[in-house]
Amino acid sequence: MSQMYVARNPRVAARSLDGEMMIMSGRDSTLFTLNKTATIIWQAADGTTPLDEIVERKICLEFEVDHDAALEDAEALARELAGHEILQISEEPIVARKPNFGELR
Amino acid sequence: MPELTAEVERLSLVIEIGGVPVRVNTSDPGFLTMLQDRYAGFVGFAEHAEMEFEIDLTPPRSCDPEADVRVSHSQGRWLLERGDFRAEWSPETRSGWIRQSANPYSIDAVLRIVHTLVLARQGGFLLHSASAVRNGKAFLFAGVSGAGKTTISRLAPPDATLLTDEISYVRKQDSGYVAFGTPFTGELAKLGENVSAPISALYLLAQGPENRIDPVSSSEAARSLLANVLFFAEDEELVQSAFHAAFDFVSHVPVSRLTFVPDTRVWELIR
Repeated sequence: MSQMYVARNPRVAARSLDGEMMIMSGRDSTLFTLNKTATIIWQAADGTTPLDEIVERKICLEFEVDHDAALEDAEALARELAGHEILQISEEPIVARKPNFGELR
Repeated sequence: MPELTAEVERLSLVIEIGGVPVRVNTSDPGFLTMLQDRYAGFVGFAEHAEMEFEIDLTPPRSCDPEADVRVSHSQGRWLLERGDFRAEWSPETRSGWIRQSANPYSIDAVLRIVHTLVLARQGGFLLHSASAVRNGKAFLFAGVSGAGKTTISRLAPPDATLLTDEISYVRKQDSGYVAFGTPFTGELAKLGENVSAPISALYLLAQGPENRIDPVSSSEAARSLLANVLFFAEDEELVQSAFHAAFDFVSHVPVSRLTFVPDTRVWELIR
């Protein structure tokens, strides 16, 4: 079974405010507000940690949910975010990234 | 031997919005008069202009009035296009040209776009909001079409100076933000006064059964602000600038929800 790696798209602007992660697409200026689970995935999406591991370490512990079900949901979410070009997904580690100058806290 | 060339008189005027003088040059006296009327109160005679445009007037032609604006960046120059105009502007030389027919609407759109491009680099923006100055403080009233921007402008008391009923000009200055009057009008069709004041509050407009001010969370404030910022350019750097400017704004300026009934008493809350 292949792994999924996720990385934040450096071409978006992102800010966390009041616990909400807001992301704006640099391509078409669409604004996204991430829920808690999506925010965890976004913040952990360093391109080198497999999504499976993010789910196990960050989501299953936080929400006490079944790993397989959580991973399935996380993969669907990652694909959706990738569809909006705010997250990159790959079966290989994503290492060649530009600095994320868009994110400030 | 007859003269083969004739010198064309170059006419110009300076339109100063947001403290930014923009010189426009034309050879058509009628168009110049049209601009002087359109931008009355915003026409200056400054020798120094921060930007300069040559107007190339073309014969009127039919075009789609609902056509989208396209703003693109290539080789250091911005290209601005809509059905009724085509323009180019170089940030480096601060100069450009506008090709349009002799109407005030096309140049108005070009000026709005160019000001958003300039403001984005300085941490400012144009905002879909009415704004007014009272007691030396500027108040902004943001909302989509129908939210009440024109209504609250119309209800303003005599001691309030209207900056705009449609598009506010917001600049970052020192540690705060300043609102400037604009000639960009909405339904009220009345030009704002060409004055400025520090922004004291931003109100998100809602109409309801009573006049009240309610707090909003910082995240809602930022979301609502971003929903009302004018974006024209599909440019990642500028989007990033505008995004972070909105967050900086809500960390400096109080943002609340203003629910109001359409009568003058609402202004008792705004001081």
